[in-house]
Amino acid sequence: MPLLDVQSLVTEFPGAPGGPGNRAVNEVSFAVERGKVLGLVGESGSGKSVTGFSIMGLVDRPGRVTGGRILFDGQDLASLSGEEMRQLRGRRIAMVFQDPMMTLNPVLTIGTQMTEAITAHEKVSRAESRARARDALGQVGIPSPEERLSAYPHEFSGGMRQRVAIAIALLHNPDLIIADEPTTALDVTIQSQIISEFQRLAETHNTAVIWITHDLAIVSRLADDIAVMYSGRLVETGPVSDVLTDPRHPYTAGLIGSVPSQNTRGTRLRQIPGMTPSLGRLPSGCAFRTRCDRATEACATVPPPETHEGARGFRCIHPVHPELLTQ
Amino acid sequence: MLKYILLRSLLALAVAFTVSLAAFFLLNVATDPAQAIAGEDATQEVVDMIRARYGLDQPLPVRYFEWLGGVLRGDFGESYYWHKPVAELVAERAGVTITLALAALSVTILIAIPLGALAALNPNSWIDRMALGVAVSAQAVPNFWLGLIMIILFAVMIPIFPVSGDDTWRHFVLPAFVLGASSVPAIMRLTRTGLIEVMGADYIRTARSKGFRGGALLRRHALRNALLPVISVLAVQLGQKFGGSVITESIFAINGLGRLALESILGADIPTVQMLIFVFAIVFVAMNLLADIINAILDPRIRIG
Repeated sequence: MPLLDVQSLVTEFPGAPGGPGNRAVNEVSFAVERGKVLGLVGESGSGKSVTGFSIMGLVDRPGRVTGGRILFDGQDLASLSGEEMRQLRGRRIAMVFQDPMMTLNPVLTIGTQMTEAITAHEKVSRAESRARARDALGQVGIPSPEERLSAYPHEFSGGMRQRVAIAIALLHNPDLIIADEPTTALDVTIQSQIISEFQRLAETHNTAVIWITHDLAIVSRLADDIAVMYSGRLVETGPVSDVLTDPRHPYTAGLIGSVPSQNTRGTRLRQIPGMTPSLGRLPSGCAFRTRCDRATEACATVPPPETHEGARGFRCIHPVHPELLTQ
Repeated sequence: MLKYILLRSLLALAVAFTVSLAAFFLLNVATDPAQAIAGEDATQEVVDMIRARYGLDQPLPVRYFEWLGGVLRGDFGESYYWHKPVAELVAERAGVTITLALAALSVTILIAIPLGALAALNPNSWIDRMALGVAVSAQAVPNFWLGLIMIILFAVMIPIFPVSGDDTWRHFVLPAFVLGASSVPAIMRLTRTGLIEVMGADYIRTARSKGFRGGALLRRHALRNALLPVISVLAVQLGQKFGGSVITESIFAINGLGRLALESILGADIPTVQMLIFVFAIVFVAMNLLADIINAILDPRIRIG
């Protein structure tokens, strides 16, 4: 049984009055095993962060989860009370948020913000919680952690703050960490350290990680599986090695093509034309068809169903794989 | 930090003296103190005698510096009307006004902050609309009118509180409510806006993700941040309560500084008016200073800068 099993998750935000809601997350299904890293990939506005918030039960009002099930360790999260969900958050499921500038409270010291995360779940002495906070800071590579506990967020650089946020997420050795672009604000060297830290964590503590990012290079280094999201839907899922070397969905192929690499040196970088459509004005059928050079009239009729191919899945009626076309 | 406080204190003192200077010249130009002391029907000889006796025949600047010299020694002169040192007079009456001002501020805090917080946590609900209604009406109703209505309602029709006076705590309930009500709209709206903004902040989501919800979340993470601007305005409002006491104390016949101010203005008791203006200015400026200092203590970002 996977640790986290998300089944046909739908998260809606109210649309125009009287009209249907806008589905930021639309029939999304995926699973994460203990000790595995899932890379959740997509452009801004594709719904990957909202997917993370939905699992945490932290979708901003007036948005809410309106369909599907989220099974964590066999338990349907929707059946939990507010207090039971609170006990889960921070202790068994932790999240690292995107913007390190805004995610720490400016008027509380780092020490306070870390120790309170411990005492929210465990009855421990002040001295012990402080010691654990200090160790967690050291673990993510913050120098002289003892002194830094008394510092305020504005006395830290962006990268340091992001490490503090990661340290907070690691405090309880959670079963699942949802990391929302945690390394975007960091230098490449620190980025590498953090990625190694997460890999170590997944191995030693058997922690499952959902790594939300738009950076395919990180996913290829870190993740076991990948789920590509476009306009609220998962368009392609599967093992990272398969999907990145041999994509099925034209969108995945486009993403891979727009990453600069050794092979494309000197040639013009490919890019996906157009921009992500807004949720209120999605095209009929396949949401990607207006930007897709393979689109036909058939793409405009219904959203493509999921095609399975071993451990892989994709939603496209004109997949990139040539052999499949002839079948 | 210390340097910051010292600098601000000096500035505050300068403001207070500027106010006293303006007040001194305005008062002495607008009224003839000698005439006021002697009374309407006094002969010119009596008026002249008084003018010479109180040193009122000296030029204005000389008299100001004499007054200032006295103030620096703690001597504010003698009341023309009560015939005793003004400082003594003010000291006798100050307790009542301080009590009233603090009670009024408590009323403001107890009504405005919970109401603002409830409105913020349930935006566009019936409670939010009710709070808005309270704010609009409290803003529109003048102090003296509310005072009279309260007396009619709770002292005459339903006699649970005394009509006037300042002997027991019961005497302070209605005036404190009336004086406090005037600050409710500003504080309530500020609390509401601040809390709505803070509840949408990313660090609140972080706190939730760590395992905080409900009251603990509000206490630890939301209120402190939301109340930062409220505290500064509260301190300023406390300063205004002293000025506002002039009307409220007159309506409820409370023997405090406000009533003393009114009486001394009507009696052209210039030394008393002069000292009261100085005291009100000092209180007002001191409250502003206090607000800055409290903010610096609560917000580490200001403390460093």
